[in-house]
Amino acid sequence: MSDRNAILRDSLAIGAATAAYGVSFGALAVAAGLEPLQAQALSGLMFTGASQFALVGVIGAGGGAIVAIATAAFLGARNMFYAFHMAPILKVSGLRRLLAAHMTIDESTGMAMGHEDSIVNARTAFWSTGFAIFLLWNGGTLVGALGAGLLGDPARLGLDAAIPAAFLALMWPRLSTSVARVTAAVAIGLALVATPLLPAGVPVLLAGLSSVGVGLLYQRWRPARTPPTVLP
Amino acid sequence: MIWVTVLGASLSCYLLKLLGYVVPQHVLEKPAVLRVTALIPVGFLAALLAVQTVAGDGGALTIDARVAGLATALVALLLRAPFLLVIISAAATAALTRALGLMS
Repeated sequence: MSDRNAILRDSLAIGAATAAYGVSFGALAVAAGLEPLQAQALSGLMFTGASQFALVGVIGAGGGAIVAIATAAFLGARNMFYAFHMAPILKVSGLRRLLAAHMTIDESTGMAMGHEDSIVNARTAFWSTGFAIFLLWNGGTLVGALGAGLLGDPARLGLDAAIPAAFLALMWPRLSTSVARVTAAVAIGLALVATPLLPAGVPVLLAGLSSVGVGLLYQRWRPARTPPTVLP
Repeated sequence: MIWVTVLGASLSCYLLKLLGYVVPQHVLEKPAVLRVTALIPVGFLAALLAVQTVAGDGGALTIDARVAGLATALVALLLRAPFLLVIISAAATAALTRALGLMS
């Protein structure tokens, strides 16, 4: 039994758990008004869960394209930092770099970080987790998107309540620090105040970006602590 | 129009991932940048959950079965339930609340 086999097994386990997220994403996307093919395109092309849920949420609430794209991009910006972390470990170029970029998400980076004692293991963990999740996330999306169409009225099934529940569940593991909890509280308050006043989607953008202000202010009050690694 | 949003957002998210492999290593390695980046997802997810729970037609704030669903999700998370169970419990609570005519 080598490290390699253990890593591959763990990757598959994470992938299997992600398939369940994929099913709920597919179902919620269709409930929000996307065609199954559009839900599938998001899982295949965007391939970063929180941004996908956010995009679907903004579209479902009647937000415009620019606001929806900006919200998804801000949520996806953390992947840039994961990529930045992975670059010296993977040392990829050309087509492999393009592929590595696509596979750079919370889980693949997190698994690689867990195996950084050996660069070979870290690479195995990154690629195997990335591919396992890509396949199972997309498979889950397909099942959910097609299944939702057969179920009927989304509100009668409570699917409109499942969307905020998904956001809460995605946020939950990131609330381990006090600054994160303050950030969440400020964003919720701002979003509630702004919702009746501004066009759909804009309150999310405004309240979401308040996190930047909270982060910078907090830096002044309590400087120099290593930021937490945020992984689900 | 939805396709434009779907493809535009997918491209944006992909380019951000790619950017991390291309920028020189010293550019992003600053404590303030790292801290703020860790907080941005929290801010957006919190904002989304608030809006999706209470926004009604035309932006009016409404209290309906979604609030009951979210409360159940919160309890499920406190009990360390897995993701799918959290979602299902919220949906089931909202569906039941409506079926019983307790909330719209």
